[in-house]
Amino acid sequence: MIPLNPAIEIALLIVLAPLIGALLAGMDRKLTARAQGRIGPPILQPFFDTVKLLRKSPIVVNRMQIMYAYLHLAFMILALVLLVRGQDSLMFLFIFAFSTLSLVLGGMCVRSPYSRIGSQREIMLMVAYEPILILLMIGLYLANGSFLLGATLATGKPLLLSLPLLFIAFLVVVAIKLQKSPFDIATSHHAHQELVKGLTIEYSGPYLAILEIAHFYETTLLFFLIMMFWVTNLWIALALACASFFLMTVVDNAFARLTSIWTFRFMWTGALLLALTNILWFYL
Amino acid sequence: MTAIRKVSKSPWVVHFNCNSCNGCDIEFLACLTPIYDLERFGILHVGNPKHADVLVVTGSVNHRNARVLKNVYDQIPDPKVVVALGVCASTGGVFADGYNVLGGIDKVIPVDVFVPGCAARPEAMIDGILKAAEILETKRRHPETLPAGQPVITRTPTAAAPAV
Ligand code: SF4
Repeated sequence: MIPLNPAIEIALLIVLAPLIGALLAGMDRKLTARAQGRIGPPILQPFFDTVKLLRKSPIVVNRMQIMYAYLHLAFMILALVLLVRGQDSLMFLFIFAFSTLSLVLGGMCVRSPYSRIGSQREIMLMVAYEPILILLMIGLYLANGSFLLGATLATGKPLLLSLPLLFIAFLVVVAIKLQKSPFDIATSHHAHQELVKGLTIEYSGPYLAILEIAHFYETTLLFFLIMMFWVTNLWIALALACASFFLMTVVDNAFARLTSIWTFRFMWTGALLLALTNILWFYL
Repeated sequence: MTAIRKVSKSPWVVHFNCNSCNGCDIEFLACLTPIYDLERFGILHVGNPKHADVLVVTGSVNHRNARVLKNVYDQIPDPKVVVALGVCASTGGVFADGYNVLGGIDKVIPVDVFVPGCAARPEAMIDGILKAAEILETKRRHPETLPAGQPVITRTPTAAAPAV
């Protein structure tokens, strides 16, 4: 890769990341439709949806709600920048968690019961997946001897070889973050109604568009995080990330929704055990 | 289909059942199945009026649900269009003479597209919703476009008038 001026690189990232996320979302919808024997929307449909939402008249329930939507987006962008610049992994985790927390606070500050239940479930999900993310960063440290996300590039060894079990546990986290089917209990993608619309029920028009754009950034962020597992070779990394996203779509179509307590149990037994076993390996 | 027609590329639909016999609702849900696949036009069935552009109503209006229908309509952000599915939603249909029935939904909210039929066929519904998508795009480009016909009470209800 050509080394770029950091400012240009960040600017490019901020412009391109939501486009990548929207394309991934469009492909996901197309694949889902094909899997169900439908023709499905055009791949560019997420762009049309977002543009349409941006042009609708705004309805504001209260000012805090809007502020939290912007905070959600801003922290998501910051987390993505930290990831791509290979900064401190713990800082990245904090910012990433803060982004989700803004979403939860936005859902909590309105009076709709659906929104509140959705927010509570999102907190439940965070409690379920955060340990895996923290263990992932510990694994990163044990493998590279540094908490810097960029350290993998320096060591030249693919992370996947030393963290295979953590990778599996991490894929479950990706499924949760992408609101994929066994875990889409806080809010849901369009065709899968849950809690009417859960967390995002009181957002409409341009503010819903902000949440959608933040979700596109989040999708790109997760795509890059998967690529981090084989960052030494760009093509293998891309293949790995694409295969993982394909797997997400398959899982989404193959599974029914779990309850929130089941999700919690699954994460704190199955996934956590996988992650811990992987960490223990380093001490054997 | 002519290519020049300006159709909204992502009309999101919210479906409200006023007082229907469920015939029209079943046919409407059939539109989402692989045979008819509404999503290929970018049409999504959302459960939340705040996310929707198109309000699809089945069934006739009565004194109890007029207020609810008006409330759902008011929650949809502009620009918005309304589709009346089936003869019940258009005129009151077989229920028109009921002592509690006000008539079609145009008694309460402005309607842009009427889809006749009892039950309306999915093909007709898709045509109606695409027509609505076209009107939606016109309304977005020309916000000064006159709203569809305002509600008119043509049949005097026997009981007291509803508090709308
Ligand atoms: S139009 Fe016919 S099928 Fe539709 S709700 Fe009325 S009675 Fe039922």
